Amino acid sequence: MMDAIAGLGRSGLTAIGSLGRSGAFLWRTLAGVPNLRVGTPLLMRQLYSIGVLSLVIVVVSGLFIGMVLALQGYTILSDYGSEQAIGQMVALTLVRELGPVVTALLFAGRAGSALTAEIGLMKATEQLSSMEMMGVDPLRRVVAPRFWAGFISMPLLAVIFSAVGIWGGMLVGVEWLGVFEGAFWSNMQSSVSFTEDVMNGVIKSVVFGFVCTWIAVFQGYDCVPTSAGISSATTKTVVYSSLAVLGLDFVLTAVMFGGF
Amino acid sequence: MASSPYISFDNVRFSRGEHTIFDGVTLDIPRGLITAIMGPSGTGKTTLLKLIGGQLKPSSGKVTVAGHDVSTLGRKALYDLRENMGMLFQSGALFTDISVFENVAFPLRVHTRLPEEMIHDIVLMKLEAVGLRGTRSMMPSELSGGMTRRVALARSIVMDPELIMYDEPFAGQDPIAMGVLVKMIRDLNSAMGLTSVLVSHDVPESLSICHFACIISDGKIIGQGTPDELREHPSERVQQFLTGQPDGPVPFHYPAPDGAGDWGLSGVSG
Repeated sequence: MMDAIAGLGRSGLTAIGSLGRSGAFLWRTLAGVPNLRVGTPLLMRQLYSIGVLSLVIVVVSGLFIGMVLALQGYTILSDYGSEQAIGQMVALTLVRELGPVVTALLFAGRAGSALTAEIGLMKATEQLSSMEMMGVDPLRRVVAPRFWAGFISMPLLAVIFSAVGIWGGMLVGVEWLGVFEGAFWSNMQSSVSFTEDVMNGVIKSVVFGFVCTWIAVFQGYDCVPTSAGISSATTKTVVYSSLAVLGLDFVLTAVMFGGF
Repeated sequence: MASSPYISFDNVRFSRGEHTIFDGVTLDIPRGLITAIMGPSGTGKTTLLKLIGGQLKPSSGKVTVAGHDVSTLGRKALYDLRENMGMLFQSGALFTDISVFENVAFPLRVHTRLPEEMIHDIVLMKLEAVGLRGTRSMMPSELSGGMTRRVALARSIVMDPELIMYDEPFAGQDPIAMGVLVKMIRDLNSAMGLTSVLVSHDVPESLSICHFACIISDGKIIGQGTPDELREHPSERVQQFLTGQPDGPVPFHYPAPDGAGDWGLSGVSG
């Protein structure tokens, strides 16, 4: 019994310690004036590997999710003779919820895990230590460009996801199932608010981008520098990011749309 | 020791959790000479280099490098001091996503605003010094272990540091690569007037090039002096390490409970 309580206490202390380290890590990463001459090319390279290389999975997923939404929506709405509202349904679902959330989950699986593995491997092969010994801060040189690239990429990817999803919904709803095109777009236009729906979706994806990238770079930097340690850190990145996204989504939705 | 100390350890203690790595180490490393730090695996030789570089801070005591107390330096001052240090890591620690040329040019690009032509010339000179000018376009994954360390050595001297630290430079090297590294460490030290700290457990190679050596075991320095003085050292522990005896003051068996209990022989009478 005492052992169980002691074990619980140890786990609690470990979790609090990790939280404290991650906060200090974030502060040290973001502190200081960025050097534009050195930082801009590093940021551009990371925007390419984190953002541009995630485009394929985001576009394909967005397309299929939009198509499935239209198909499911048509089946339900046609029972009530409201299939004209399919554009409105697809757009609201995507910009408010599925765009930010699914993009964040895909981001955690593709870019987040890659970030953790890359930084973890740099730690295991002493590349971060050698950088420190050359008088170069790895937090500014390695971590900061990756953090900012993730933070910038996520909202853009979420917007692209939603746009492609809406186009996929149009393909199924209008081209295949024969919903009147004018009704599809005009219902969408009249019911989707830029400030309330689109911007709230963008705010969600900004928050998710911040949290997912923070988790990914911290797990890589803080990992045990062995193959098992990197593997464990990569798994933690995906699990923690997914749980954080789903939990935060509920909180943000409650604040934005729940009337709190 | 004829030369003044470049690095001083003053009663340094360092622990990880409940495990004491250094227990009151006092050591002076002379300027402009090669000092070998030797000892069995796991005695904290690499930790000693990290204390010199300020990557770790001692639990108590003082580590002084070029007159600066490393553990009290602020971030900027520490990073400035490190620009005068080079370190050759055991794995080489080359950046795997850039070429050999860019690896060697990395410190120059970060710390200086030299024109590209000058960076080109300096990098090729350093690569020439380690005999690898022809590998400039190769990626680190295309190099052998010995070549990786030589490129890493070129990178660590590209800023013309005052101090260079070698972490197990001979580990896992074939005899030719080892001979090349021994020659380069000796030549670089004399040609550039470097202070060199060599951490190794390869006794013959280390003693063949160092001017001064010390042996660490169980968190303490058990012997120090010139290579000749160490060979004549009266301590049995020092002699066991230098001659590679499997048993002695450092026992072959790790402490264990009574064997009869482990094999279920307790109570069995002869």
